Amino acid sequence: MSHPATAAPAAPHAHGPPQSFLRKYVFSLDHKVIGKQYLGLALVAVCTGMALSWLMRLHLANPDLAIPGLGKLWPNGAPGGVMTPEFYLSLMTMHGTIMVFFVLTTAPFAGFGNFVLPIQIGAEDMAFPRFNMMSFWVTFLAFLVLVSAFFVPAGPPISGWTAYAPLSAVGKDAGPGQGTGQLLWAISIGIFCVGQLLGSLNFIATTLDLRTKGMTLARLPYSTWAWFITSVIGLIAFSVLLPACILLILDHVAGTSFFIPAGLVISDTLQPHAGGSPLLWQHLFWFFGHPEVYIAILPGFGIVSQILPVFARKPLLGPRVLIACMIAIGFLSYAVWGHHMFLSGMNPFSATLFSVPTLIITIPATIITLLWIGSLYGGKLHFTTAMLFCIGFVSVFVSGGISGFFLAQPSIDVYLHGTYFVVGHFHFVMGVAAMFGIFAGTYYWFPKMFGRMMNETLGKVHFALTFIGVYAIFMPMHYLGLHGDVRRYSAFTDEYMKGSIPLHRFITVAALFTGVVQLLFLYNLVRSRFRGAPASDNPWRATTLEWTTSSPPPHDNFGGHHPVVTQGPNEYGATGQAEDYVMQTAPERRPGA
Amino acid sequence: MSAQVERHSVTTPARTGVWVGIAAIVLMVAAFTGALVVRRTQSDWIHFRLPPIIYVNTLVLLVSSATLERARGGGAVTPQRRWLSITLGLGLLFVVGQVLAWSNLVNQGLFLATSPSSAFFYVLTALHGLHLLGGVAALAYVLGRTRQAADRGAAGALDAATLYWHFLAVLWLYLLLLLTLQL
Repeated sequence: MSHPATAAPAAPHAHGPPQSFLRKYVFSLDHKVIGKQYLGLALVAVCTGMALSWLMRLHLANPDLAIPGLGKLWPNGAPGGVMTPEFYLSLMTMHGTIMVFFVLTTAPFAGFGNFVLPIQIGAEDMAFPRFNMMSFWVTFLAFLVLVSAFFVPAGPPISGWTAYAPLSAVGKDAGPGQGTGQLLWAISIGIFCVGQLLGSLNFIATTLDLRTKGMTLARLPYSTWAWFITSVIGLIAFSVLLPACILLILDHVAGTSFFIPAGLVISDTLQPHAGGSPLLWQHLFWFFGHPEVYIAILPGFGIVSQILPVFARKPLLGPRVLIACMIAIGFLSYAVWGHHMFLSGMNPFSATLFSVPTLIITIPATIITLLWIGSLYGGKLHFTTAMLFCIGFVSVFVSGGISGFFLAQPSIDVYLHGTYFVVGHFHFVMGVAAMFGIFAGTYYWFPKMFGRMMNETLGKVHFALTFIGVYAIFMPMHYLGLHGDVRRYSAFTDEYMKGSIPLHRFITVAALFTGVVQLLFLYNLVRSRFRGAPASDNPWRATTLEWTTSSPPPHDNFGGHHPVVTQGPNEYGATGQAEDYVMQTAPERRPGA
Repeated sequence: MSAQVERHSVTTPARTGVWVGIAAIVLMVAAFTGALVVRRTQSDWIHFRLPPIIYVNTLVLLVSSATLERARGGGAVTPQRRWLSITLGLGLLFVVGQVLAWSNLVNQGLFLATSPSSAFFYVLTALHGLHLLGGVAALAYVLGRTRQAADRGAAGALDAATLYWHFLAVLWLYLLLLLTLQL
């Protein structure tokens, strides 16, 4: 990285360029390095999570299959390489936890947000660089603690990423992995909360206080808006999950009974607890858990809203409506957590109370989708890989969103909630959509991060095969759910269920295929990092501040000066001048004026 | 679109950071309060009298807020380090007092797992105590920075630390009220 000698930081929060290797690459205070560290962690986590899903899919396709090496690694969980139902559940738990927390939260929010947000607002760094560094290393520690659950004798927990009490609270009587494994899970997620709270605090203070001259809220790029709203949601959500984890840990180690009811007999053992409320865990968890869905997806909204106009060469339709809708989604996300609990024996009137805001939240989401589609209409579309993933994002988000209409209604959800229908729904709307946002962001900002272009041909092949692959995996799951295939079952071997095994095999093949396709992405990533064509400052002809500085940016982002902003981020399709866009720092008047 | 040209900060990042931190702590306490309200409806909830020493502790904490204001001397540029040290000492005294309150409960046979009421007492006081130790660290940091008279950043740091310290006093009053009414 280049460091101009004159780039002495002026603001009191800033810090000088690092000298030692440790400060430069490991315990770095630079938001750009921390952003890359988060993305690296997410990459390791997503490979781990995907490998776990492969093991599950292989088992679902053939429950008698002996997977080579598995028996050696986990002699208890997979004797002779054939996994036990409990081991299947522990894979499912770890897959969900790793993906939701360490991929869908870290990459789109902490990763891209850290790298891009300060540059987009014209700041030299985050408001609190030390907190920022702590945020990453605390998150990294949380990941290590979680993964260590694989290496304790009884293995990882089996209670799912939602860790429902009381089975998550009573300890080893509740099954293999529910002792030490579940405790490690609770500690890991507690630590993770601390890391994300530090991150959210930084994002909020930075966006409010460190904007450069002229960067009014109305001129804030949409991705920055999305990260800012996400950080507010995150601050609230993780502030609630942390106490829940503390109480769960105390139930485990201190003998308290916050979540364990009286007279509970598990594995023929009367539990020495009394009076706790298992439902309390569900409420606390989902009060965090539903907003978590938006923590995963809102940065994707921002990334797509940022990238679409660049490659449509046309201003985004209704930018203020977009921001208002994102804020509305943020508010509503705190009124709908009960829709995850329709099966908890909830009073039908309460269920209606949660159902109505759930249906209302589709209105701002639909408006945003229509704004995207409207922005494409009549544009000069450039189908770069980043653009394709944005369009793919809209597609999978709509596909996943439509099944949400069904699930939002308690009378239908009661039948579908325990089935693959829900698995298909949330993988589309939260998992794949957020992943497409991550891919779009990677192809778009890679030149800024590393100063080199990614290979577009490989990228387009990656997109096309991934797009087909994810539909082949998750679309049939809706049918399986309607057919009655219960999720969390490790095998469908009884007479009634046998008929769905061919479809499960199809999904397994599609999952393996889609996974292999990701090797193209990894190859492209590594090759482009070292051999990619050099990137100019502004290869996409975009308007926002990160494209006014060099690729990669210097340590203080703008080489010792503060950019002055005079334009909004949406000035595309200008006529009557050399370029069809106006940079945010351009001195000229607005186009068409 | 307004043609605003000055830098947009209406406040310092440190102050904003403390406000955001306060929001996070309030939400955490709200979650614990919710759990407490749900949990106390069960029959195993034991009512017990709070250890009397926590009223002394309360007084100590309130006095520390006053001494902190005294240290700031009504907006003087450099804070009075003596009063700052006294504030810091009172903060530590409060923590010691809370530990004494715990040993009082232990002597009564009320442990963490005895009853959800005692559990919440320990959890909430520990939560507050840990945050207070964070405040003590912040004051120590400010004290270190005021050693050099020319350190202009110290004023901002003291400003932020003061906001946090007063918040902890208010938070303690809330927790005391909650514990008094519910235990």
